[in-house]
Amino acid sequence: MKNSIIILMAVLALAASSCGGSGSTTGRQKEVTLSAAGATFPQPFYNLAFKKYNEAGGPLISYGGIGSGGGIKSLRDQIVDFAATDAYLSDEELAEMPGEVVHIPTCIGAVVIAFNIPGVTELKLTPELLEGIFLGNIKMWNDAQILAVNPGLVIPDMEITVVYRSDGSGTTYIFSDYMTKVSSLWNEQLGTGKALNWPSGIGAKGNPGVAGTIKQSEGSIGYLGFEYAFAQQIPMARIMNSSGFFIEPTLDSFTAAAAAEIPSDTRVMITNSPNPSAYPITSFTWIIMYRELAYGRHSRDAAEAAVSTVKWLTGEEAQAIATSVHYAALPQNAALQAAELLKGITYEGQPVLK
Amino acid sequence: MSGDRITKGLLFLSSLTILLLSAGIVVSLLGGALQAFREFGLRFIISPAWNPTAGSEEYGAMSFIAGTVITSILALIICIPMAFSTSLFIAEYFRGTRTSGILRSLVDLLAGIPSIVYGFWGFYALRPLLVATGLTDQGFGVFTASLVLAIMIVPYATSLSAEIISMVPAELKEAAYSLGATRREVIFSVVIPSARSGIIASFILALGRALGETMAVTMLIGNANVIPKGLFAPGNTMASVIANQFGEASGLKMSALIAVGLLLFLITALVNYLGKLIIKRFA
Repeated sequence: MKNSIIILMAVLALAASSCGGSGSTTGRQKEVTLSAAGATFPQPFYNLAFKKYNEAGGPLISYGGIGSGGGIKSLRDQIVDFAATDAYLSDEELAEMPGEVVHIPTCIGAVVIAFNIPGVTELKLTPELLEGIFLGNIKMWNDAQILAVNPGLVIPDMEITVVYRSDGSGTTYIFSDYMTKVSSLWNEQLGTGKALNWPSGIGAKGNPGVAGTIKQSEGSIGYLGFEYAFAQQIPMARIMNSSGFFIEPTLDSFTAAAAAEIPSDTRVMITNSPNPSAYPITSFTWIIMYRELAYGRHSRDAAEAAVSTVKWLTGEEAQAIATSVHYAALPQNAALQAAELLKGITYEGQPVLK
Repeated sequence: MSGDRITKGLLFLSSLTILLLSAGIVVSLLGGALQAFREFGLRFIISPAWNPTAGSEEYGAMSFIAGTVITSILALIICIPMAFSTSLFIAEYFRGTRTSGILRSLVDLLAGIPSIVYGFWGFYALRPLLVATGLTDQGFGVFTASLVLAIMIVPYATSLSAEIISMVPAELKEAAYSLGATRREVIFSVVIPSARSGIIASFILALGRALGETMAVTMLIGNANVIPKGLFAPGNTMASVIANQFGEASGLKMSALIAVGLLLFLITALVNYLGKLIIKRFA
């Protein structure tokens, strides 16, 4: 017994000394590390931007792509410095947060309708066709309704397989928000949400899963983030917007969707934009953070680093990174509003940005 | 003496940790599932509805229970002939030969492959094959998932069965041979009967693993939250729906997912209990 106590003490002493050693090494570098979590939709942009910012002397930021819902939860539990979401917080969700939360738009993402039909690279779709296909009422590719919108198109006699997201996702939210606006049948049957009660089709996990499934399955069609379809070179449909034009999904047509009036808290869905040159299934994606950053054990250093990171993210340099990975840059009005909102963020009542 | 007491204490402590952990899992599952059961009652278990849209939320676990049970049992049925014959090959027919050594390490290798890799293989190699047979349009569905599941659980059943078969006492077999029995007769009337309970136990362990498998199933089953309409129709399993929807869930939906987890826990416990009963019966 005595021997074992001595051994135990020796182990403890060793452990203590080694802890002291590592403590002094971390003391040397006074680098702030931030943690953030949330949406996977803008993750390719954030990963690249945060890496570049860190290389340029900014803080080290770890970003967990755990989904918008997970990000909101993490922010509520105050275990991240900021979170990211594709769907803005509802009044109810805002009331549940322990402090006032600010939404900062960082870029514009679009949901595209990608398809895999042998021999077909161009397809035009109207809201009515989208409704029919995704609700399972149009079952064949050579349906008369599809041919009426796409005259002259040679399309095989093939069954349509709808591919949707099996996991809860902001992508589904954006797509269903648009569909709810343009189709009353959709509104009745499915509504808007991050996960839906799909009447038919196949579910795949994550944007990469949907992209892979469409690419591998002839006769399939599905919705996914633009950059994923672009990267996999899957053909995307032109969608008829509210002005009756068939719009190709491009970064310019996404930015055009955001050129409208934006409320001061930026909580707005810009799907089905009235702008005649706008692609209709687009959305802001947001960083969310508390207006007052002195909470719990949150340090002033971390608060300053977080605000300057988000400010940089909405600035010109980071917006150029966004377009390089196929997200549309914020239009000027949104960027100005983001800057204005960031000025209002405080630590112990004092503005963090000077 | 004191060394003994320390050993005893340590063993007791680690066993206690396991007990506490299991109890903790049950308690937290029960706590999390309470809201769903309060809202839907027993209907949660028998209803196949799964509608997450805010305002008309309704959750039921039946589609996932059906998907889990169907895929696991189907996988077990496909697995039995493969695992049984392989284990006999390794542990009895070609016992001690180089071939059986290679085969045994191959089986162990299969057990070590991560399930996501099986999923990829199923997605890119097996699925197009099934589509080519014309039995299924897109290749996603219960059958594809079961087939990959079967291959995933074969190593577990094979390894354990082979171990048990090789433990059959040589005296028993020699006695049978000396009575003039052929090799086939020895296997079917001596080896298998005396290893029976162990072989059954190995298949129950394999079934337990099939029940909880997630990633490979998610990639192949089609993730449609309905009771599968046929062997080649899409469906979903309990583990798969939890993995899929956990990230964005909150409130009632989170509770429903935890309740699905609780049911999976109970089903697995039930399978293990039934296994114990069967083993007792045959032993």
